[in-house]
Amino acid sequence: MQLAINIAVLAAIYALIACGYVLIYRVSRVLNLAHGELMMLSAYLLLTTASLFSKNPLIALTAAVFLSLCVGVLVYLFLMRRMTGEMVLAAVLTTVALGVLLRGLVVLIWSAQQQNPAQALGWANYSIPVFGAGRISAAGAALIAVTTLIYAGLFLFLRFSRYGIRMRAAGQNPLLAAQRGISLHVIYALAWGLSTFTGAMAGILISLDSGLDSTMVLIGLKAFPAALVGGLDSLVGALLGALIIAAAEVLMIYYVDALLSDVVPFLVLILMLIVRPWGLFGTREELDRV
Amino acid sequence: MSSREPRASGYFRSSYDQGLRLIETRTQWTSLIAFLLALGAFPFLATSFQLDLACQVFLAVIGSIALMLLTGYAGQVSLGHAGLIAAGAFTAGILFKEFGAKFWITIPAAAAMGALIGLIFGLPSLRLRGLYLAVSTLALHFIVIYLGGEYETKRGFSTGIVIDAPRIGDLVLRDRKIWYFVLLAFAAVTLLISLNLLRSRTGRAWAAIRSHETIAEALGIGVAGHKLLAFVISSSMTAVAGALFSYYRGFVSVEAFSLFLSIQYVAMIIIGGMGSLLGAILGAIFVTLLPYVIEYAVGLLPNARSYAGMLAAFNYSAFGIVMILFLVFEPQGLVGIWRRVQNYFLLWPFKQKPLGGGRR
Repeated sequence: MQLAINIAVLAAIYALIACGYVLIYRVSRVLNLAHGELMMLSAYLLLTTASLFSKNPLIALTAAVFLSLCVGVLVYLFLMRRMTGEMVLAAVLTTVALGVLLRGLVVLIWSAQQQNPAQALGWANYSIPVFGAGRISAAGAALIAVTTLIYAGLFLFLRFSRYGIRMRAAGQNPLLAAQRGISLHVIYALAWGLSTFTGAMAGILISLDSGLDSTMVLIGLKAFPAALVGGLDSLVGALLGALIIAAAEVLMIYYVDALLSDVVPFLVLILMLIVRPWGLFGTREELDRV
Repeated sequence: MSSREPRASGYFRSSYDQGLRLIETRTQWTSLIAFLLALGAFPFLATSFQLDLACQVFLAVIGSIALMLLTGYAGQVSLGHAGLIAAGAFTAGILFKEFGAKFWITIPAAAAMGALIGLIFGLPSLRLRGLYLAVSTLALHFIVIYLGGEYETKRGFSTGIVIDAPRIGDLVLRDRKIWYFVLLAFAAVTLLISLNLLRSRTGRAWAAIRSHETIAEALGIGVAGHKLLAFVISSSMTAVAGALFSYYRGFVSVEAFSLFLSIQYVAMIIIGGMGSLLGAILGAIFVTLLPYVIEYAVGLLPNARSYAGMLAAFNYSAFGIVMILFLVFEPQGLVGIWRRVQNYFLLWPFKQKPLGGGRR
C-alpha cells in the first residue's frame, strides 16, 4: 500500500513537471532544458514572498506563482524570441545556458544552504493515514490534487478556449497559423508562461514537502524521460509516462538498490528511444525529403 | 570548409594537391615555427600555476577537438561528453587499482574502452536525429556515471581512486614541466589525426552527412558506418583525455564528471565556433581560463573576502551569460571574430570581397 502511495506521489510530481516540457515542445518544438532550474527559481521566489507576506501564506503562494509566470514570459520575450527561426539545437543550447545562469544566480541571491519554505510560511507538514495501511504527507496529497486540477485545466484550455486552440494550431503548422492571423510570439510567450506556471506549482509543492536546495534541478531533469516516454507532444502521454517512470523508479529502489534512483528514468528513456523514439502517444516525425 | 579557404590575398593554387596541403605559404611556415618555439620555451619561463593552466588547456583541447569532430563536422550532437571522459578516467583508475597496470597498458585500454562506449553511444544515432540523439547521449552519461559511482562504493573507494604518477624507466612523471610536454604531444597528435581525417574521404563523408543525410546516402556514402566511425573515433580520443586527466590529477572520482562538464565541452565548441578545429582550440582555452579570470575579477571587488564562498556561483552565472551572449550575438564563435579580423587585413584597403568571392 505504501508503495502504491509512493508511486502515486512521485508520478504526480513527474507528471506536473513533464507537462511543462510538453507544452513548450508541442507549441514551438524547443526542448526547455532549463525547466528544472526555472522550477527551483519559483520555489526560491516563494521563500522571498513568504518573508514579505509572513502574515498570510496564501497571498505569498499566489504572488510566487504569479511572479514565476512573469519570469516565463520574460524569458521568452528577452531570450528565446531571438532564437525562433534559428536551428532548434541552438535554441536548446540556449536553454541549457539559461539553466546554468539561473543555477548560479539562485545561489548568489539565496545562498546554497538547504531552505525550508514550509517553515517560512508557518506550515507544518503532517502525514495523513490512508485506508489504515499507508501514510501520505499533506504536501504529497496536495501534489496529487494539484496535478489532477492542472491536467484537467490544461485539457479544457487546449480543447475549448480560443487561445488553447490557437496554441494547438501554432504547434501543428506555424506558417499556416501565422497566415491565419495568429500572433506566434504571443502564443509562444503564453506557452512559456504556462509552462513555468506548472513548473512553479511543482517546484513549490516539492519544496514544501521536502525542503529546497539545488538537487531540485535533478528532479526536473528526471521528469524529462516521463515526457519523452509518453511522447514529447502529448499531454496524456506525459501523464502515462510519469506513471511508468515513477513505478519503475519506486519498485527498483524498493527491490534492487537505492542508488539506482537517479538512473532508472534514463534507463527507461533509452529503452524507449530504441524501441519507439516518438513515444507512446507522440506523433511520428515526418519522413525526410530532398 | 574553413581550412580550405586560401589564406593569402589571392588564389594561387594551380593543382589539386596544393589544395590538400596543410601549410601553404611561407608566412604560415614561419608563424608555425615561431609558435612551436614559443610553446617549447613557455615551461621554462612560466610559473608553476601557469604551467598547471597550460596542462589543463591541453587536456581540454583533446576533449574539445574530439567533440568538434563529432558535432562540428559529423553533425551528431552529444551531451554525454563528460560520461566518456569519466569512462576513460575510470578505465585507467580501475586497471591501475585492480591489476597494477602500467600506463602504456591503461592508456590504450582507455582508448579501446572509449571506442566500445562510443559504439554504444552511437547506436541510437542510427535511428535518432538532432534533439532525440542529444537526449539519448544525455541518458548514457547518467548511466556511465552511475556505473562509476557503483564501482567506487562497492569496492570501498567512496572518496575516489588514488593513482600513482606513471613512470618511464627511472623517470617519474610528477614534474609539471614533463607533464606539459607529454600533454602537448598528446594534444598535437590528436590535432594532426583530426586534420588528416578531415581532409580525407572520411572527413568529406562526415561533412556530407552533416549537411544532409538523405543526400549523403544517395551519393553512395555509408551513412550508418560513418556515423558510428565518428562516434568511435571521437569517444576514444575523449577517453584518452580522460585517462590522462586521471594520471595528471592522480585521482579519480565521479564528482568530477558532472553534467556541467558536458555542458562545458559543448560550450567550448560553441564559443570557439562550430566546424573549425581552430575553434575547438580557442574554445577550450577560453572555457578553461574563464573560471580563473572570474576568480581574479571577484578578488578585485570591494570586500572580496565575503564572496570567497560564492565563487562557484559566480562561475556558473558568468558561464551562462557568456554562453548565451555567444549563442545570440556571435553564433560563429571566436573563430568568426578571428576570420573577420583576418579578412579585414586581407582586403585592406577595401571593405568588401569582390563579387563572386574573388576566387577564380
